[in-house]
Amino acid sequence: MDTFIQQIINGLVQGGMYALVALGYTMVYGVLNLINFAHGDVLMIGAMTGITILNLVQQVAPGLPGVVKILIAILGSIPVCIAVNVAIERIAYRRLRNAPRLAPLITAIGVSILLQTSAMIIWGRNPIGFPGVMPSESFQISGVFISPTQVMLLVLAVLCMLGLVYMVEKTRMGRAMRAVAENPRVAGLMGVDSNLIIVLTFSIGAALAAVAGVMWGAVYSSAHFAMGVVPGMKAFSAAVLGGIGNIYGAMVGGVVLGLVESLGAGYLGDLTNNLFGSQYQDVFAFLALILVLTLKPSGIMGERVADRA
Amino acid sequence: MSIHFDIKHNPKKAYRNLGLVLVAAIIFPFIAANFGNSWVRIVDLSLLYIMLALGLNIVVGFAGLLDLGYIAFYALGAYMTAVFASPQFSTILQSFVDNYPSVGNALVSFFGAEITQNGIHLSVWVIVPISAAVAGLFGAILGAPTLKLRGDYLAIVTLGFGEIIRIFMNNLYAPINITNGAIGVSGIDPVKIGGLSLAGEAGSHSTVFIFGMGMPSVNAYYFLFLALCCLVIFVTVRLQHSRLGRAFVAIREDEIAAKAMGINTRNIKLLAFSLGASFGGVAGSMFASFQGFVSPESFALTESIAVLAMVVLGGMGHIPGVILGGILLSALPEVLRYSDAPQMALFGQIIVPPEIARMMLLGLAMVVIMLTRPAGLWPSPKHEDRPDADVDAPNQSTDVVKV
Repeated sequence: MDTFIQQIINGLVQGGMYALVALGYTMVYGVLNLINFAHGDVLMIGAMTGITILNLVQQVAPGLPGVVKILIAILGSIPVCIAVNVAIERIAYRRLRNAPRLAPLITAIGVSILLQTSAMIIWGRNPIGFPGVMPSESFQISGVFISPTQVMLLVLAVLCMLGLVYMVEKTRMGRAMRAVAENPRVAGLMGVDSNLIIVLTFSIGAALAAVAGVMWGAVYSSAHFAMGVVPGMKAFSAAVLGGIGNIYGAMVGGVVLGLVESLGAGYLGDLTNNLFGSQYQDVFAFLALILVLTLKPSGIMGERVADRA
Repeated sequence: MSIHFDIKHNPKKAYRNLGLVLVAAIIFPFIAANFGNSWVRIVDLSLLYIMLALGLNIVVGFAGLLDLGYIAFYALGAYMTAVFASPQFSTILQSFVDNYPSVGNALVSFFGAEITQNGIHLSVWVIVPISAAVAGLFGAILGAPTLKLRGDYLAIVTLGFGEIIRIFMNNLYAPINITNGAIGVSGIDPVKIGGLSLAGEAGSHSTVFIFGMGMPSVNAYYFLFLALCCLVIFVTVRLQHSRLGRAFVAIREDEIAAKAMGINTRNIKLLAFSLGASFGGVAGSMFASFQGFVSPESFALTESIAVLAMVVLGGMGHIPGVILGGILLSALPEVLRYSDAPQMALFGQIIVPPEIARMMLLGLAMVVIMLTRPAGLWPSPKHEDRPDADVDAPNQSTDVVKV
């Protein structure tokens, strides 16, 4: 039973990160109907910048508590990620809005390669370590371990999502975003500057990716230039799982995917008599994606159909 | 550019130009060999890439189904060869004996002492059709759940499929060791044509003797791959204007209309997937025999993307364009490998390592060419043969304010 709860905790932590990244995909999909293939690499840029800033902070003010240091790193990497993502939108997507569907997809893959190679040049090929600023001993609650980093991640993820929900549901800007997602032309007639809204959407997605990126680095205590690819794909799977274009769907999808993965990896060995072990963890996300798209393409909470893609 | 190869309207000129290209291709290795075997080797690999790109072109260019996991079929073909033409099979049997003695001993007595000792060494010409069939089967398996999906969803599912295959290649070494994991399989038999090994006999410094004439092993492979490439080109050209090829294009242009015209869209789409996949499988088998070694590293996601980039940048659905894309993207970046010396001379240090410069160029090319020439460098001359004539695109526009 303890193992079960432990896997649930691990799944929630993983799922929180997926959800943050998935929100970026789903919001962009909502307003533009396109998959921002480079989003995973924005996460990578976030993690890398975060570590660089963290190392600086370590030198300047070594006395600060770990949580504050990481928060500074996150706050520092957010503007960088926003700049990168807005630049991607400007360069790779804006001119191709009326182009055939494949065109923005190809430029996005190109941008993704460019981001990875740039990161390779700036930070090198090898993984860089995440400074151990957080206390390493885990809290133990009746046999279940949870590290301070994991607690911080869960708190941050919940706060980010609450903030996002407030923004989308209650503010003028959120209303404009929903309007553009619903019908860009009519929104434009109502005086909404859709280009501004699109830039905002990309910025919010990037900020969430920055948070996820730095925390990803903290949880796995390292980062490297290609770290964004697999999380990107899985977060997209999470977004599809929840119903793409729906922000609640992305949150639910992310958490569900995290749980499926961690429970699957935890029990796969027992179930298959050690024929397959936890190294097949990554397969679950893609299997879930294929199953969802085959059985219920609109996802858990989505109203859009896959055919619109 | 395409008027030079227009067989229908100007057959004389077209056949002359094709002949010239072929002659140039045949002379090439004899000239390049003077500058070292590495150049011919690079071209050998780019011929394999052209085969791959032409296979992917059937799926992406003709049928309009975006496949981002294509390299998985290449990997399947390569690993098929690795298992059936190397000592690897004895390792597989051994791991069975160690972990499941009853099954293992049954298998050992079934296969006999010879195979248990040395593994299976099938001729690559036996493996090629098997590879094509297995890859084609997997193509159909991948195609089946994605039939209802279009566009970017399909891209993600195929991407996931490619990753799944790579994860399996990386992990299928315990408890049953099939792929040897990340270490890869080595000692794969070279291609043999009528008893003549294209890797050269032992002690010949990898020189192949044909009719008493010696040539480097890479040159021998060059001619084999060139012949295969010509075969693949011939098949795809004939396919393009066949009933099946026209069905592919019809599905790409408008699936509903195609269905209304009596095309069985489900079967045709599956056929497109498995046809493209089997080309990949054959190229993979050739790759494994040529290299003598396979490991999961050769089949990373970037390879899928590189092949897709060749198709898209060259000109989707246009065979000469795809070939051009294949040559440009596989051979030109290799030149950057030799960019160390000029960089040292210019900056006094190596700022961008050549391998990174190669990837960067790939990414840059994808962005710049898509922005400036969305139909590719050498698109199909007829508008209706171009995949960018997207019918239901307008409702995508969010461009309310003029940019």
